[in-house]
Amino acid sequence: MPFLQLLGVEKSFGVQRAIKGIDLSVEKGEFVVFVGPSGCGKSTLLRLIAGLESIDKGRLMLDGRDITDLASSKRDLAMVFQSYALYPHMTVADNMSFSLRLANVDAATIREKVDRAAAILNLGPYLQRRPGELSGGQRQRVAIGRAIVRAPKVFLFDEPLSNLDAALRGQTRIEIAKLHRELGATTIYVTHDQVEAMTLADRVVVLRDGAIEQVGSPLELYDRPANRFVAQFIGTPQMNIVAAAALPALQTLGSRAGPTLPSDGFIGIRPEGLQVKPAGGGAIPARVELIESLGADTLIYTDAGDGLQMVARQSQRTALHPGDKVGLEVDAAAMHCFDREGKALRAGG
Amino acid sequence: MSARTLHVIRACTAWLATLVLFFPLFWLCLTAFKTELQAISVPPLLLFTPTLENFALVQDRSNYLLYAWNSIVTSFGSTALGLLIAAPAAYSMAFFRAPGTRGLLMWMLSTKMMPAVGALVPVYVLAQLSGLLDTRIALTVIFAMSNLPIMVWMLYSYLKDIPREILEAARMDGAGIWGEARHVVLPLGLGGLSSTALLCLVLSWNEAFWSLNLTSAKAGTLAALIASYSSPEGLFWAKLSAASVLAIGPIVVLGWFSQKQLVQGLTFGAVK
Repeated sequence: MPFLQLLGVEKSFGVQRAIKGIDLSVEKGEFVVFVGPSGCGKSTLLRLIAGLESIDKGRLMLDGRDITDLASSKRDLAMVFQSYALYPHMTVADNMSFSLRLANVDAATIREKVDRAAAILNLGPYLQRRPGELSGGQRQRVAIGRAIVRAPKVFLFDEPLSNLDAALRGQTRIEIAKLHRELGATTIYVTHDQVEAMTLADRVVVLRDGAIEQVGSPLELYDRPANRFVAQFIGTPQMNIVAAAALPALQTLGSRAGPTLPSDGFIGIRPEGLQVKPAGGGAIPARVELIESLGADTLIYTDAGDGLQMVARQSQRTALHPGDKVGLEVDAAAMHCFDREGKALRAGG
Repeated sequence: MSARTLHVIRACTAWLATLVLFFPLFWLCLTAFKTELQAISVPPLLLFTPTLENFALVQDRSNYLLYAWNSIVTSFGSTALGLLIAAPAAYSMAFFRAPGTRGLLMWMLSTKMMPAVGALVPVYVLAQLSGLLDTRIALTVIFAMSNLPIMVWMLYSYLKDIPREILEAARMDGAGIWGEARHVVLPLGLGGLSSTALLCLVLSWNEAFWSLNLTSAKAGTLAALIASYSSPEGLFWAKLSAASVLAIGPIVVLGWFSQKQLVQGLTFGAVK
C-alpha cells in the first residue's frame, strides 16, 4: 500500500477550482517533487497535505490512516516554509525544540535530539542566537533542523531555496539531497525550479492549472514527456516546438511516432538535438540571431524564417556571429511528435 | 532659501508649537501653587511665594483619594475588560478574515464618530433601571465599550503584522489555537498589547462626560473632582488648578515613562 495517497482531492477558493481531482501515490522514503508554473496549485496541494487548507472533496491517506479531516498538528508531518517561518522571539535551540516541548518530551531527550540535528546541519555554534542574527542560509538550516528533530512521517518543503542567492541555492540543494539519503525520509518538495526538480527527485509531478500533467522520474519526463506542456516545461532552454506544416522537411524524417505524425501536429526537438552546420548543410536553413556562451555549453538562437525561432545547444565553442547563415540538422531519433491537442505520439500508437 | 535657513525655520516652528502646547500645562502647575488672589492678579504673576494650601484644601474638601481610587479602578478595569473583548476579536479578524471583516472594522470605527451625548439618554436610563447609577461598574463598562473600537483596530493592525506563516509553523509543530496564542501571538504582539492598553488607560482616565453624568458622590472620578471646583459664583482658579494637577499628575507621570509605547500606539505601530 502506498505510504501517502491522495484520492480524488479537490479544492476550490470561491468559484476558482485550484485543485481538480488529484490522484497520487507516494511510497515510503520517496522524494517527490511538485513542479509547475506559478498558479498551478503546487503550493495549494502541499498545504492540503499539511492540513493548512481543508480538502473540499476526496481523501488523504497516510500510512494506512485517513487524515483528511485531521488537524495539521496531529498529522505527524513537518514543513519547511519558503520564508522559513522561524519564531523570531526564540533562540535557534528553542525554535528547534518547540514541537518537542509542546509534546512534553523530557529535557534530556530534547537536548539530545536538538544537538543531533544541529550537528547534522552545522548549527552548533548558533544555538543560542536568535533568527534575526543569522544569515539566510543559516535560517534555512534552522528551519530544516526544526523539521528534523520531530522525525515526522513526511517532510514537506515549500520552495525552501527560493529566497537564497544562486550559489547558496546550489549548495543547500546538495545538502538537502544528502540529508534525504541519510535520513531516508519520505519527502514532498515544491518548487518552480526545474533544476531542483531534476536533481533532487525520485519522481517529479508536473502540475498545471490544478491538475497533474505527468508523473515520472526526472529522466522519464525529459525523454518521454506526455505532452507539449511537460516537454516545454522540463529542459532549459525550452524544447523547440514546430508546427509540422511549417517545416515539411521534418515530416519526412523518421520520428518516434513513425508515419502517424498528423499534418496538423507538432514536432519537438530539444536544443541538443539540433546541430548547427554551415549554410547549405542541414535540413533547415536559418540565420543566427544570438549566441550565448555559457562556458561549458554554447546556445545558438536562430531564425528559420516566417518567425520560427529555434535554439541549438552544443558543447563546443563557436566562431559564428549574429547574422550568419547556417543550416540546422535534426537528430531524427531525438524528435518528439505531438498531436493537434499537444498529446505526445509514440511509436506503435 | 538655503537648507540651513529651512532647518532653522523648521526648528523655530517646532519650538513654537511645543511652547504653545506646553504653556497651558505650565500655567496650570504654576497656578496650583498660588493663592486665589495671586491666581487672578493682573498682570499675571510669574514670581511668587508658592503655597500648598490648595492641595490640602482639595483633599479636605473633596476626599481626593476616593476620586483617585475611582479613577484607578475604572481606568484599569475598563482596560482589562476592553482587552478581554478586543483581543479575541482582533485575533479572529487578523487571522481568520472573512469577506465582511473590513466592513465590520469600518463600522466599529464609525461608532466613534457619534458624539457621546447622542447615547446619553439610553445609557442613563439603562444605568438607572439596572441600579448602576453612581457605581464604578457602570463607568468601567461604559469606558470599555466606548474604547472598544479603537482597541480592536489597534490590536488588529498589530496582529496582522505577524506573518501568517509563523502561526502555521506553530500549528505544524503541534500547537493548538491556545498554544499559538500563548507561544507565538502573545510574545510577538506584546508591544502592541501594551501600547493599546496604555492608550485605553489614558483615554479612560481623562474621560469626563460619562463620569459627570452617571456619577455623583460615590463613584465620581477625578474628572468629576475638577468639575466640582467650577460653580455659579465663579471659578476658584487656584483650587481648580490644584485639583487638575492632582488629577492629571499620575497619568502624566505614567505617560512620561511609557511615551515610546504610547507613540507607537498612537501611530498604529508606524513609528517603531
